[in-house]
Amino acid sequence: MSLLVDAFSLLAILAGLVFFAAGTAGLLRFPDASSRLHALTKADHLGLGLIVLGLLPRAEAVGGAPRLIAVWLLVLVSSAAAGPLLARLARRR
Amino acid sequence: MMADGLIAAAILGVALATIASRGTFTAVALFIAYGLLLSFAWVRLGAIDIALTEAAIGAGLSGALLLGAASRVAGRGAAMDRRPGRAMTVAIALGCAGVTAALAAAILLLPDPAPSLAPQVAANIGATGLGNPVAAVLMSFRGLDTLLESAVLVLAVIAAWSLAPDDAWGGKPGPMQPVLADGPLALLARLLPPLGILVAVHVLWIGKDAPGGKFQAAAILAAMWMLPWMAGRVVPPPISARWLRVAVAAGPALFIAIGLAGWMTQGAFLAYPPGLALPLIMVVEIALTASIAIALALLVIGPPGRRA
Repeated sequence: MSLLVDAFSLLAILAGLVFFAAGTAGLLRFPDASSRLHALTKADHLGLGLIVLGLLPRAEAVGGAPRLIAVWLLVLVSSAAAGPLLARLARRR
Repeated sequence: MMADGLIAAAILGVALATIASRGTFTAVALFIAYGLLLSFAWVRLGAIDIALTEAAIGAGLSGALLLGAASRVAGRGAAMDRRPGRAMTVAIALGCAGVTAALAAAILLLPDPAPSLAPQVAANIGATGLGNPVAAVLMSFRGLDTLLESAVLVLAVIAAWSLAPDDAWGGKPGPMQPVLADGPLALLARLLPPLGILVAVHVLWIGKDAPGGKFQAAAILAAMWMLPWMAGRVVPPPISARWLRVAVAAGPALFIAIGLAGWMTQGAFLAYPPGLALPLIMVVEIALTASIAIALALLVIGPPGRRA
């Protein structure tokens, strides 16, 4: 059972890292601000979501799992708000 | 081990990039990233209290202050008025390198094991009723340092306000913000404050037994005031408002009053009567949180009469 859980964590975190790597590549390689932001926020949303998913079974303290999910939700909200803000600024210039 | 090496290398890299960057905004953005990486390093060292403070104050609040300063400077080109001459550049480089070398030498020359007051703290923490040794040091054993830190913020607010032009004195601080009806910032300004205030209260309260405390909580509270302010949802009170001035000074004033009471009854400034230490510390913590939060927000908002 614990082997299965470990394998699940490993797979989810690795998948999350792939999204972060892809997001970083996009940030470096994409031609304009909007698509770079797109790559960046995708990495935040999906990559962090997958890493949180992988960490959920390993949460120790009582309330650890809800806190992990809360962290993910807060990052979702903040990057979902920061992305359009930056995109508007970039378009205005 | 590899993770530590990566973090250390990233900190050095971002620090170099901060110094080398040409634009003020780029430098500030890199400085914020530097603060966040530094707080990772503190987490790896097991100093969660310092990590929280570095992230909240060092990266978050200082970052906001520097961004504000950068946007003011950008419009006027004040930073580029006069470049330092060659001799001055060399002197600055030598001075900075000297400080770095002295710090490195001081750390490398520490005896092994390094001198530590941790055993004394562990032996006496019971007298404070606190469970977090950092909180015990800050509020009891070295309470004077904390008092001076919080009093400095009052002075900083006075200094910032004194930059106001004469005709704006007593008016509303900071630039006027346009009211945003919708969009991402308006959403954040509505969505985050209830959550953020809850988190700040949690961080403050848990600080007595676990990493957390007033400065971190106050930084979060200040951010929760600044968000609706930036979205035009709340207007800061004029700096002539009596309650605002009282609120900024109340925390340090209460701390001084309790310190003086300790001097009268216990014979030492900031000594707590036995058995009453924990309630007194928590009262001071709560009052300081409110004062620090308002002071930090006022520092970021800026003096009155400033054009956006």
